[in-house]
Formats: sequence, C-alpha cells, structure tokens
Amino acid sequence: MQLIFAWRNIWRNKRRTLITAASIFTAVILALLMRSAQLGAYQRMIDNVVSFYTGHIQLHAVGYWDEKTLDNSFIPNDSVIAILNGHKDIRSWVPRLESFALTSSQDLSEGSLVVGIDPEAEDRLTRLGQKVVSGKYLGTNDNGILVSEGLAQKMQVGAGDTLVLLGQGYHGVTAAGKYMVKGLVHFSAPSLNDGMIYLTIAEAQTLYGTGNRLTSIAISVKPNVDATLVANELRNEAGTLPFEFFDWKQMLPEMVQLIEVDSAGGVIVISILYMIIAFGIFGTVLMMLAERQHEFGILVSIGMKKVKLASVVMLEILMIAFTGTIAGIVAGIPIIAYFHYNPIQITGEMAKAYESFGIEAVFPFSNDISIFFTQATIVFVLSLLLSIYPWFRILNLKAIEALKS
Amino acid sequence: MAVLEISNLKKTYNEESDFPVRAVNDVDLIIEKGEFTAIVGPSGSGKSTLLNIMGGLDHPTAGKVIIDGNDISELRENQLIDFRLHHIGFVFQSYNLIPVLTARENVSFVMVLQKTPKQERDHRASSLLTEVGLGDRMDSRPSELSGGQQQRVAIARALASRPDFILADEPTANLDSKSAGHLMDIMLKLNREEHMTFVFSTHDSRVIERARRVITLVDGKIVSDIQQNAS
Ligand SMILES: Nc1ncnc2c1ncn2[C@@H]1O[C@H](COP(=O)(O)OP(=O)(O)O)[C@@H](O)[C@H]1O
Ligand SMILES: [Mg+2]
Repeated sequence: MQLIFAWRNIWRNKRRTLITAASIFTAVILALLMRSAQLGAYQRMIDNVVSFYTGHIQLHAVGYWDEKTLDNSFIPNDSVIAILNGHKDIRSWVPRLESFALTSSQDLSEGSLVVGIDPEAEDRLTRLGQKVVSGKYLGTNDNGILVSEGLAQKMQVGAGDTLVLLGQGYHGVTAAGKYMVKGLVHFSAPSLNDGMIYLTIAEAQTLYGTGNRLTSIAISVKPNVDATLVANELRNEAGTLPFEFFDWKQMLPEMVQLIEVDSAGGVIVISILYMIIAFGIFGTVLMMLAERQHEFGILVSIGMKKVKLASVVMLEILMIAFTGTIAGIVAGIPIIAYFHYNPIQITGEMAKAYESFGIEAVFPFSNDISIFFTQATIVFVLSLLLSIYPWFRILNLKAIEALKS
Repeated sequence: MAVLEISNLKKTYNEESDFPVRAVNDVDLIIEKGEFTAIVGPSGSGKSTLLNIMGGLDHPTAGKVIIDGNDISELRENQLIDFRLHHIGFVFQSYNLIPVLTARENVSFVMVLQKTPKQERDHRASSLLTEVGLGDRMDSRPSELSGGQQQRVAIARALASRPDFILADEPTANLDSKSAGHLMDIMLKLNREEHMTFVFSTHDSRVIERARRVITLVDGKIVSDIQQNAS
C-alpha cells in the first residue's frame, strides 16, 4: 500500500512530475551519449596505438625500457614462456628483436627502425599483413624484408629491389646485410611510415649477431581485461627473474595524460549538467513538501511514524528519478548501439591530424555497460542526497502546526 | 470505567513573555466509556488546545493525562505516535483525508499501519463505510465526495483502528446544517450501537443539543459541566 501511496502521490501533480522526470531523462541521455562517445574514442585510440605496435604489455630484460640497446636484450627462458602461456587473461604474445640501422640503396641512405618479428604471430596481434600495399607479406622462413611505404619512397625502392642495412650489433659487432624488399607496408602515422623495416626474427638475430636473443615480447590481453592488473600479476609471478613488465599506460604516458585531461573535461560538463538537474529536483521536492504539510500532519496524528512517512517521500523521489533514468537508458541504448556499429567517421584535415598520431579517424561509441551503471548510480545517489532535506523536515515536523497549514 | 482522566491540566503559551496565554488553565476532567460529550465555548476559549492534549498531539505545560491507565506524558515521540494509532481516533475540522487514496483506502490506511491482515482490512473498511452510509462511494477519491461525505469517511477511519475514544475538533464547522445533522446522527448511532465514546468540540447550538454531556470552557477553565437529555 505504501508503494501505491507513493506512486499515486507522484502523479498527483502530473505536469511537475513529468517535467522533473523529463529533466532527469535529458541529463541521463546526454551524459550517456557523451560518456559513451568519449570512452569509445579512447578505446579506439588505445586499441589503435596498442595494436599498431606496443601491445598491452611488454616484457623486456630489466633496464631495456630506459636504455633501448641490444646489450639489454635477453634469452627467453622456459620459465618466463611458461608464465606467459599459463596466464588465463593473455590472448597472445609475440617476440621481437628491434634495433636501429642505416638503410642504403645506391647513393641514398636513411635511418630506420629494424624489427625482427615472427610474421605469423605478429600478423595475428597487429594485423601487419593487412598493411601490405605492394608485394607480399613475410613468410615464416623468409629472408626478405618489409619496408614502410614512406621509407621506400625516400630510398626509391619497390618490391623486388634490394636494400642494404648497416648498424651496430650485439656487444658492438658490426651488423651488415643485403636484403630483398618483399613488400611495402603503409602506416597512417608518419613516424612509423617513414622509417620501419620488418624481417623475420631469425634474420634479425643473424644480422645483429645476437644469437637467440630478443629485445621484447609484446603481449596482448583478452578483451575487457585490465592490462595493468595482468602486468602486476606477471611481475609477481616472474619474481626475481631478470625481466621487467610495462603496461601500455607506462609505455604511452602522453596518451594516458591526453585521455585523462579530455575525460576530466567531460566529467566536469556532466557534473554541471547533473547539478542543474539536482536543483530542479530540489525545487520539486520543496514545492511538494509545502503542499503536503497538512496531509503530513494528518498522517502523523493518526499514527504514522515519521520515519515511515519520510521513507514514502524518499520512495517518491526515487520513483521519479528511476522513471527518468530508465527512460533515458532505454532511449540511449539504440542511439549508442547505432553509433557503436556505425562509427562516426571524421574526414578532411581533422582526420589527417588524428592519423598523424597513429589514430584512425573513426570513432565508435562505447557499448560498455558500466557507463549505464555509472549514470544510474549518479542519479540514485543524487536522489538519496536530495531526500535528506525531506527526511530532516519530516522528522522535525510538529503535527499540530502542520495540521493548521 | 474511565477512558480518560485529566488532572490539574495547564497549557500556557508564551510562558516566558510578559503576556502569557493560559489556553488551558487548571482543568480536571474524567471521560467515562460510552460518553457522548460536547466541549463548547467561544472561539479562543481553549477547546482545540484541550482536545489536542487529550489526544496526545500536544504536550501540557503541567498536569496529567491518563488514557486507559497510561500516563501519556511519559511517552516518547514514537511511542506516542504508536499510542495514538492504537488508542485514539481523530476527526479534524476539514481536509481529513489523504487526497490520492479512495474512501476505502483512507479507512484501510490506519489498519495498514496497525498491520491488520489484508482480508480483515478490506472487510472492515467496507462494513464501516456502509455503516456511515457510504457503501456506494467506497472507491471515490475525497475530491469526488461532498464535505459531509468526507467527514463521514473520517469517522469511519477513526473507528477503523478500534480506538478507546474518538476526538473530533469542530467536525461540523465546515458543513451545512443538513450535513451536520446527518453527521451527528451517525455519531450518535455509533455511540448507541457500538458504545463508541465521542468527545467533540463545537459552537453550533444544534450540535450541542445532541450531546448528553456538555462541558463549557471560558478562558481555558471549565465553567459548567452538565448532563442533558440528548434529542
Ligand atoms: N501555538 C499557539 N501559540 C500561541 N497561542 C496559541 C497557540 N495556539 C492557541 N493559542 C491561543 O490559545 C488560546 C486557545 O486557543 P484554541 O485552543 O485554539 O481555542 P478554541 O479552539 O476554543 O478556539 C487562544 O487564545 C489562542 O490564541
Ligand atoms: Mg479551535
């Protein structure tokens, strides 16, 4: 009966309740769309950068991240491989051996980053095979190289031509080799497009004279798994083994900062939105309290405990908030779903700017359920906070005075 | 048997000021079970103040109020609310009912508070509303009822909790004389047939005529207390 009582009470002033619920609806849907667009964009940014290159987590020999030289390379021993293969949240991992080299062909030369990869595994993790724009992707025992498009242009080479790589190998030995260009790969980020060379790990190890050493293992985790947590677990499992684990947040601090600043902006906008809504609801609560003084007096006189009465009023506020929130979520779901499956595509100069950071200019909305929960929780907590005042008023109500109004 | 005993009751407003108002000034009063008593007196004589204190809605400045053997001045707020729920029925001057509830629900509400089982509630609400002549208006909201009908629902609600007595502060003040008469008929019938004790205030002579005991207040003091043959 108290539920019926509360429900009828909120419809006693239909217009006011509808306006209040509609304002909550508006806030919820705006917050949902905004948050979902933001988080979707961040996710895409992370996925892009992480999958372009870094992976979610990287394993190196201790000290490699600070000083990226071949002398800080490592031999992958069985215990660390067992740790990687045994972790339930790891989707895949790829070995790499990277170093710098001078690339030359005839009288042209250019610096480049040379990466030894396991072609098949690398393709699964970073889809490198799909970035091939001419020629062919590397085979498992290939002895050719993949050259990034920008570098190939500068060197004036194409698939089938030959390039010479010159550099410093393990412990200062000279690294030199002549390679056939197997294919060209295209990256949107100029930093990558202008200086990448891929070859098989075996070839790289021969070139740099490292034996079976690696510089890093890039690890990707399963969807919706927190890479930071996995990195911590790996660190614990590795114990005293001479390895370091870096998650993408540690490897890409600028991106983390960019996201944090942008996200904070969004949070402020949403907070202001909710604050305005809170004042609106509070106005409704004040009017409702004023109108019902006499009735409250009657109820307390005939024997209704104030706590019970205050609970009914709180229930009413929650019901209005709940109605608005549910409506907002129900209306938000199809919009979010639409933009999740039909991402917003940015074109023109703006798109180029994004691409230069290695980010595709395609922004899907996030369909992360937690966004809905967060907004619903915010409205719920706000309503509880707004119920404090009626509680206070009702607990301090004097029945005879209320009866007179 | 006394349902209510009041002794040395005082209620003074603005006690600390230079012009204290002695709304109730040293009243002793015993109400026996089955009485049909009117408290009369000019406006400002202290009728409402006295009734409010009798019903545990207001605290006396001094004196005792004993209801059914309980000294209610010793009760804490929540106990007092519970005490009112189980011992006292109230009918106020007007706007007694909860606007969003139907007549039946208004009557049931106190029984919900008393945790009466649903079946018994429904049954009792129907029979009480029939008793006050509203058997055909049970599902009407207060706004669909006349003032007199609303007051009859209020009486049914007051009865619903099976109180020791019903207090009614000027229950007919906002009614036309026909409705007022009808309301008095119903109250008297309940008093005769169910032995329900009624104490009501009024300054309407046609209502006073119907009472069996008439207590007159002037300036917060009882100036006369007479038994009469009700008409
Ligand atoms: N809350 C209050 N504060 C101050 N004076 C009051 C208050 N309530 C009642 N009074 C005074 O007490 C006296 C008795 O009032 P009341 O009991 O309402 O009389 P009645 O019901 O007979 O008209 C009046 O003089 C009135 O002004
Ligand atoms: Mg009065």
